[in-house]
Amino acid sequence: MPTKLVVDCSTGVTTEVELTAEEIAQREADAAAYAEQKAAEDAAAAARAEAKANAEAKLAALGLTADEIAAL
Amino acid sequence: MALTYVAIATTTVGSGGAANIEFTSIPGTYTDLVIKASLRDTRNGPANDFSMEINGAATNRTYKALKGDGSTVTTFSGSTATIGVEDGDTATASTFANVEIYIPNYAGSNNKSISADSAQENNQSAAEVWMVASLWSQTAAITSLKLVPGNGFSYKQYSTATLYGIKNTV
Repeated sequence: MPTKLVVDCSTGVTTEVELTAEEIAQREADAAAYAEQKAAEDAAAAARAEAKANAEAKLAALGLTADEIAAL
Repeated sequence: MALTYVAIATTTVGSGGAANIEFTSIPGTYTDLVIKASLRDTRNGPANDFSMEINGAATNRTYKALKGDGSTVTTFSGSTATIGVEDGDTATASTFANVEIYIPNYAGSNNKSISADSAQENNQSAAEVWMVASLWSQTAAITSLKLVPGNGFSYKQYSTATLYGIKNTV
């Protein structure tokens, strides 16, 4: 069971408290949303990398050197 | 440090980690509040955002942020309780983000403005620094503050947070 730290400023005492069902549900929702967002970002990054590699290959086929492609 | 700067309470995360860190029963006897924190969370990445809930809620909040990572500067804004950046679990080992959050007039009857600066510690090619201006559009006095890692992650062991009160008189 995940816990949180609650610091009572009137006493200075820190207590480790189990999360409520509502807090757990919120964390799970946050984690799921993050996983979905991360998957989308990873897919977009992979697509960009593939497109870049394809473009560089086509430029090389036209006779550009690696330095010339990098300078673009 | 000024004589008017008083440590109200402090805590350090233990070996089991912590989903969040909450200061409760904050006395209304100071002029301003400051949180100084050293934070690292379990995200499988070098950095993660985190939020600060007020009086048990993340609502009625807006913010504007300025972020630099060593090569790019960006600005963004939102209607959440986002307040800064902290180390994720792939940042340089044993490093923690440096965080300061300033809350003036926290016990007054106006809406509460908040400013925060946070620096992710990461001895790699990129390390983020955020400056955040946040607003809580509520007039109640602030009696609790909760630091929450973004995206459902947890604080790592040895993360610390200290709440200070500031008085404008000795």
